[in-house]
Amino acid sequence: MSQVPNNPIIRWIEYRLPIFGFVNHQLVDYPTPRNLNYWWNFGSLAGIALVIQIVTGIVLAMYYTPSGNDAFDSIQQIMRNVNYGWMLRYIHLNGSSMFFAVVYIHLFRGLYYGSYKNPREILWWMGLVILLLMMATAFMGYVLPWGQMSFWAATVITNLFTAIPVVGDAITTWLWGGFVVGEPLLKRFYSLHYLLPFVIVGAVFVHLWALHVHKSNNPLGIDMKGPQDALPFHPYYTIKDLFGLGIFLLLFAVIVFFAPEYLALPINNEPANSLVTPPHIVPEWYFLPFYAILRALPNKLGGVALTALSLVVLFALPWLDTSKVRSARFRPIYKQVFWLLLIDVIVLGWVGANPPMGKFILIGRLATAYYFLHFLVIIPLVGKLERPRPLPESIATPVLKGDAAKGGVS
Amino acid sequence: MRGMARTATAALMAVGITVLAGVAVAAEGTALKSHDWPFEGVFGRFDQAALQRGYQVYRDVCSACHSVRFLTFRNLEGIGFGADRVKALAATFEVEDGPNDEGDMFSRPGRPSDPLPKPFPNPQAARAANGGALPPDLSLIAVAREGGPNYIFSILTGYQDAPADFELTDGKNYNPYFPGHQIGMPEPLFDEAVDYADGTKATVDQMAGDVAQFLAWASEPTMVERKRIGIKVVLFLLVLTGLLYASKRKVWSKIKSH
Amino acid sequence: MAETAPATGPAESGGDEETRRDFLYLATGAVGAVGVVAAVWPLVDSMNPATNVLALASTEVDLSPVAVGQSITVVWQGKPVFIRHRTETEIAEARDVDVSALRDPQSDADRVIKAPWLIVVGICTHLGCIPLGQKPGDPRGDYDGWFCPCHGSHYDSSGRIRKGPAPRNLVVPGYAYLNDTTVKIG
Repeated sequence: MSQVPNNPIIRWIEYRLPIFGFVNHQLVDYPTPRNLNYWWNFGSLAGIALVIQIVTGIVLAMYYTPSGNDAFDSIQQIMRNVNYGWMLRYIHLNGSSMFFAVVYIHLFRGLYYGSYKNPREILWWMGLVILLLMMATAFMGYVLPWGQMSFWAATVITNLFTAIPVVGDAITTWLWGGFVVGEPLLKRFYSLHYLLPFVIVGAVFVHLWALHVHKSNNPLGIDMKGPQDALPFHPYYTIKDLFGLGIFLLLFAVIVFFAPEYLALPINNEPANSLVTPPHIVPEWYFLPFYAILRALPNKLGGVALTALSLVVLFALPWLDTSKVRSARFRPIYKQVFWLLLIDVIVLGWVGANPPMGKFILIGRLATAYYFLHFLVIIPLVGKLERPRPLPESIATPVLKGDAAKGGVS
Repeated sequence: MRGMARTATAALMAVGITVLAGVAVAAEGTALKSHDWPFEGVFGRFDQAALQRGYQVYRDVCSACHSVRFLTFRNLEGIGFGADRVKALAATFEVEDGPNDEGDMFSRPGRPSDPLPKPFPNPQAARAANGGALPPDLSLIAVAREGGPNYIFSILTGYQDAPADFELTDGKNYNPYFPGHQIGMPEPLFDEAVDYADGTKATVDQMAGDVAQFLAWASEPTMVERKRIGIKVVLFLLVLTGLLYASKRKVWSKIKSH
Repeated sequence: MAETAPATGPAESGGDEETRRDFLYLATGAVGAVGVVAAVWPLVDSMNPATNVLALASTEVDLSPVAVGQSITVVWQGKPVFIRHRTETEIAEARDVDVSALRDPQSDADRVIKAPWLIVVGICTHLGCIPLGQKPGDPRGDYDGWFCPCHGSHYDSSGRIRKGPAPRNLVVPGYAYLNDTTVKIG
């Protein structure tokens, strides 16, 4: 709508900084496919999760002390003495799990419906950049309480950098600011943990910018051809996103108030002890699949390279996937292959949760091999060999023809 | 309907992932004894009488070796001690303070804001007095061990003679619930070890249960408030989400053809 | 409905339908607003003093070791508090003053509970420095009380401002005697 606003104050502002027109164009009239299902709620949920983490984080930072002697105690101060401190801490702790859960679902939605394909490659890459930043932020955040697992996870993961040939040791020493994980590392992790979320905000802005160029994908995977295929974002998707938010907050509240330590490891409630290694070092659940890949090879550098590669293949996906059809709805073989990948990732997570002994070694290697087989072999082949089902004419057409089984409004 | 099946599958997988996360670390030692705790569950509350008895067990038995550095005397108001009782209790302990203007440390009676006194000034002294083993601080023991209060209860009631083929190191004690089955702590509880102020019979099971509940409270004094607020929040969100769903249906009814 | 233009407004018939729909949206919005306020409150309240900070809101002081003519400084809520066991001369000087001529008129009787004991917060009311006069050998200003070296405020033996830029007398904190030798400040 490029009408001139009626209100003189709004007109005055609009002429100098067209904020109202901007909001209207990007959030109100913004054309969104009319057939989006609930899997499209997860992007906005990820945005909310980011805001929750930043807001609770800023308030927690008012009480946290980034010092080896005081970090653990400052968190007990928050839990026991700060008004609602326990609540803010548990929201922040579990909020990171909620954030990853939502982002992983959002990512798998993209895999299923081909949202990474032309012309959304950069949108997809920005999403992966956000995921990488989240992983760095979450890792550093976990170190801050300076519990046993905080300390030893930091030791194990930063030691990985020594695997880099030639410069590995120098880089690791530089990272530590010393000869071991200690005070300097804790302080710089605090500084960066406070910084990165705002870098994520910037990346989200670019992600949304890219999104708004070609608009959202949809369950049919076919382009919007005109206004008949679209609905204005407000009120249709604002209210749908708010409803999804309600469900999200309900789940979040149940965890925060009734099972706040369920996803955490008890041993992290022990202060860090540089002379005692815990019997099992495991990361938080959202890192478990990567942890399994890391340990799949007996070679340290190999493990690191494979883990990095597991994310790099995602960047290459728009080219690895040779199919001209976006949505798995019309790709009968790819659909099965998708579910196999999901199962494989869950198996990897289960392997990562267990010590690398006995059956877990073989299963971990097989699951890792399958992961790369999926992206490097299966996906390119399936795209070429598969016979996709015929695509509907348009997004609006199935509704007109009463074809409720495929596509249409859900 | 297909969409529903997919949603259900995804939800199942989400649950699967969280279950996996929950059993991340394989438990060592024997399966823990399970005890019914009044503070478990959505409506769980601490039993104040048990908390007070548990404090007495801590004070009379455990405090000889174990500190609870995150508890102050003032916090004991949370187990039902009044402010005056707390003040009087604190004053029965001598606390180190200082340095004074001469540069010396000095002793003064405790105040409610002081932490409960430590049995040893530092970990090294604690080890020296305990054959090299460090009695852990108990402030968070109920959340720092897999199994929490059940673990504490099992350890305290689990002492038994070592099996014939078990090589017990000198100075250690056999306990099947402790990882490795050898624990530095000698059996701390015996029947009638504590003379309960409220007259309850002090069996080992009773004392173990009381002190485990006290330590569960010490690990999270705000637990009851957490559950209370949680019920209100969940109920509120149920109402709000219901309203949002109704609003969503109303907005979308304009364009749905069926 | 195969409309070409996406519906932005209601195309329903009947005011009844609209009222019912609007009430739903209104109710949802109201409940949501309540939720937002309830969610913001813990964030704001968390910045209020924590319970252990509040626990240090009052300090008890044993006055028995303080001889006549001696001053001690105690810390209360992080602030220095001057406790002076005044001599007869100092008490007389504090009383023998034209109260109406003072910059911040207050009689000595209004500033003490027991005349020999003056208890004031040792922060200059000008810009917050700690006045001198607690230790023997300190300058005490022209009025036998305290002297602030930062900008030259003179306080008398009742802690009242007599000369210099400070606008108000040294603050008397709330205190009470628990017994003859113990006072609780705050």
